[in-house]
Amino acid sequence: MKLLAALLWRDLARFLPGTRGGGTMLPLLFFLAVAMLYPFAVGPNPTLLAGTGGGVIWVAALLAAILPLDRLLAPDLEQGFFDQWALRGVAEEMVIAIRMVAHWLSFGPFLMLAAIPASALVGIDGATLHLVELGLLAGTPGLAAIGMIIAAVTVGLRGGGAALSGLLVIPLAVPLLIFGAGSLSTGGEGGLALTAAISLLLVALAPFAGGAAIRAAREG
Amino acid sequence: MEACRLTATDLACRRGERLLFSGLALDLAPGQALQVAGPNGTGKSSLIRILAGLLRPFAGTVTREGMIGLLDERPALDEHQPLGQALAFWHALDGGGYLGFESTVDSLGLADLTDVPVRYLSTGQRKRAALARLIGQQAPIWLLDEPLNGLDTDAVRMCEALVATHCGLGGIALIASHQSFNLDGLKTMALAEFTP
Repeated sequence: MKLLAALLWRDLARFLPGTRGGGTMLPLLFFLAVAMLYPFAVGPNPTLLAGTGGGVIWVAALLAAILPLDRLLAPDLEQGFFDQWALRGVAEEMVIAIRMVAHWLSFGPFLMLAAIPASALVGIDGATLHLVELGLLAGTPGLAAIGMIIAAVTVGLRGGGAALSGLLVIPLAVPLLIFGAGSLSTGGEGGLALTAAISLLLVALAPFAGGAAIRAAREG
Repeated sequence: MEACRLTATDLACRRGERLLFSGLALDLAPGQALQVAGPNGTGKSSLIRILAGLLRPFAGTVTREGMIGLLDERPALDEHQPLGQALAFWHALDGGGYLGFESTVDSLGLADLTDVPVRYLSTGQRKRAALARLIGQQAPIWLLDEPLNGLDTDAVRMCEALVATHCGLGGIALIASHQSFNLDGLKTMALAEFTP
């Protein structure tokens, strides 16, 4: 327990916006910037904005979530943290699981808050905002899991990692986006439930996929 | 100190297409220290990582009794954090049971640096900080990869004294270094003998 607390505390101190560990407001500002710029790009047609605004919020959330990927794991591998944890018998899976929680806490709740002003900017109504918020609650843990998997897989690639991350995120995030943003047009709970199911699956997989990737990177 | 032993038989290491060494064997009992010597690129660091269990050997087996403490060129301390906090993280992770941790930090000449972020520390200061982390871990087996790199003459003597104390308490130390390391009873193994 003490170990879990120590690891989580360190991760939060590094990732939460406003902490001095390089934790960044960037995902949040990026998310709001997209919501702000979108009406300028498509024009002030209320029907068009209301019809597409929810989907734009989803895409913005997805892209905001992958912004901090290069800082998630690579510094710790380079500085020898994973070696030291391994010597102390701390499993890579556990480190990844805890970091996934910290990563989610550092953008998930903030995006849900930011979705409220964003909904006003893209002109969607209260009922749709309600669905967007529920969808983000169900979907952002999955986005955090995707982020961890991609960060772990690209951890050994210096320089080229960012480009590959962008490509890898597309197929992994499509199911979340289909059901998450799809629930807006059908207005149904089925889409939300499927989003949550995919999220759970990704969250369950990520520590094992990430742990294996870290061990492979160490051998390299 | 708990019972410890480090044994390796018929080790071979391959990096890429090159076989770095083969047929290497060692057996270290409590209180023993061994220096692995050899020029750059002969596989000293790879040997350390194989012994630590961080790298799979190409052939051979390693058995370890007791926890491994590793000191290499990466201090594993958060760059942006003040040194005191960065060390406190490992101290808490290691159970916080080591009562002399404060005095260890003092004796390594780090007392004045605890408020300084790790990224501002010099190479030698980082090395000393990593030594403090290693001592706090209280591992019976020390694997030291170039422990004297970047240390000034006083710090070199201090590091040698630390290893002597560790071995005196029944610990094992394996030092990979191309520099001379003054320690009573230190055996030397030239890695070049195992190069195919």
